[in-house]
Amino acid sequence: MSSNPASPPNGVSRRGFLSGSATLAVATPFVAHAAEQAAPGAAAKDPHAKVAVSFNINGKPYQLGLDARTSLLDALRDHAGLTGTKKGCDHGQCGACSVLVDGRRVLSCMSFAVMQEGAEITTIEGLASTDGALHPMQQAFVDHDAFQCGYCTPGQIMSAVGCVQEGHAENDDDIREYMSGNLCRCAAYPNIVAAIRQARDDMKEG
Amino acid sequence: MRAFSYERPSDLQAAIKAAGTSPDNQPPTQAAAQFIAGGTNMSDYMKLNVNRPERLIDLNKLSEPAMTAIRVDDAGLHLGALVRMADAQEHEDVVRMFPVICDSLRLAASGQIRNMASLGGNLLQRTRCEYFREVSWPCNKREPGAGCSALDGVNRQHAVLGGSEACIATYHGDFAQALIALDAEVEIASAKGSHRMPFADLHKRPQDTPQIETALSPSDIIVAIHVPAGPWRRSRYLKVRDRESYAFALASAAVALDMDGDTVRGARIALGGVATVPWRAKSAEEMLTGRKLDEAAAKEAADTAFAEASGRKHNAYKIPLGKQTLVRALLETQDMKV
Repeated sequence: MSSNPASPPNGVSRRGFLSGSATLAVATPFVAHAAEQAAPGAAAKDPHAKVAVSFNINGKPYQLGLDARTSLLDALRDHAGLTGTKKGCDHGQCGACSVLVDGRRVLSCMSFAVMQEGAEITTIEGLASTDGALHPMQQAFVDHDAFQCGYCTPGQIMSAVGCVQEGHAENDDDIREYMSGNLCRCAAYPNIVAAIRQARDDMKEG
Repeated sequence: MRAFSYERPSDLQAAIKAAGTSPDNQPPTQAAAQFIAGGTNMSDYMKLNVNRPERLIDLNKLSEPAMTAIRVDDAGLHLGALVRMADAQEHEDVVRMFPVICDSLRLAASGQIRNMASLGGNLLQRTRCEYFREVSWPCNKREPGAGCSALDGVNRQHAVLGGSEACIATYHGDFAQALIALDAEVEIASAKGSHRMPFADLHKRPQDTPQIETALSPSDIIVAIHVPAGPWRRSRYLKVRDRESYAFALASAAVALDMDGDTVRGARIALGGVATVPWRAKSAEEMLTGRKLDEAAAKEAADTAFAEASGRKHNAYKIPLGKQTLVRALLETQDMKV
């Protein structure tokens, strides 16, 4: 066992382990039927059969074979290996799972992944430039210390990007109202509002 | 969650066919095949094991343009059932002609949910009654005859109008209050063809069958909502809740006024957060018609609107709160610059 208490026994971080195992799941061959080909009204289809779904995440194509019950959130985390999107309440009450679908902010916990055929999905992992430069919203959250524990932060940032793009961040009252679907149990709200204000202006200039 | 098979038909006829046939009088919420659109209510209740479809039919790819259109003509406003709440809320004709509709959508849910939720699905949202949501409690709506845990339970959220000894679960929607106030109709596609129904007839009071929430059959699909043209630019939706945003109404009022100076030519009033179904307060409207609108008249109208209300252990506060909400909504609507 490693003498470094910060290292797990096998030298693989928890984050790395989760990502690695999820990638394996993607690579595993699957038997799937396409939802479109299902005969309308046909009885006795196997509800446990895997369903094929294709979509882009952060510009990269994914084809997954999923149990129809899989939420978009679980597909992102457990099947695509993108664990940046967080599961808070899993019932649409906290906003931690916010992502952009076709450019609009949504709750990934309240959507079944199989309903996202052909969608363009953007997660927190897809926000920074390929050269590593942070998105103005990410930079603003750093600049304003707009988090404490950080668990709600990916959802806050994705929701804030959507909020600015919708034109609902023109003043502080609007920011508070239109960000009300994202809860922060550390109550970093004043700093979050300040960060969004800064990023709004930076995004306009950009 | 119960396992389900997933289908994605491409037009209304295919969707209705996919739903198949159901036993007589089976409510859509108990059917083997159920529809999903935005999914914000359906997925939540499926996770809670309250909704348990064997087959889930996704309506989002239906090709009928009427389902995704927002149109205004001389007859009024057409809102497709697949339009997302956020899109209707921001539509300039809706904002200009029917502020009460815009308010009712803007004050509902969160930005993310309004981007997802369809208008048709919003109307059919199921109650947030805690005993309905948690399947370990007896609930007549989930399991007819099991009993109602809310009658003598924690009923702070529950309805003071339209309840029965079988159920006092609140209808929590906001948009529905604007629609019932404005005499909207819903266009429904069914196996027998398409028909229109007054929106006021869509939801059913619980009476002794609280499991029957609407007049819909399991294969019926709401295609569109029609709001007749009217002089309703002076209209608003006032929502009172535990927190300023992202919460259900404890009491709300949809008000539309047609004024001749200080005198009410016509009034439309609906009440949210306090009733088991979308709730039109016609007696209050009639009381105000032809009268000078001031605080005394507004209070009289509010007393009329809540004349039949009855509170229980924790929800009796909703009667004075609901009255005060309506008074404020009437006076603020009167003060609108149009």
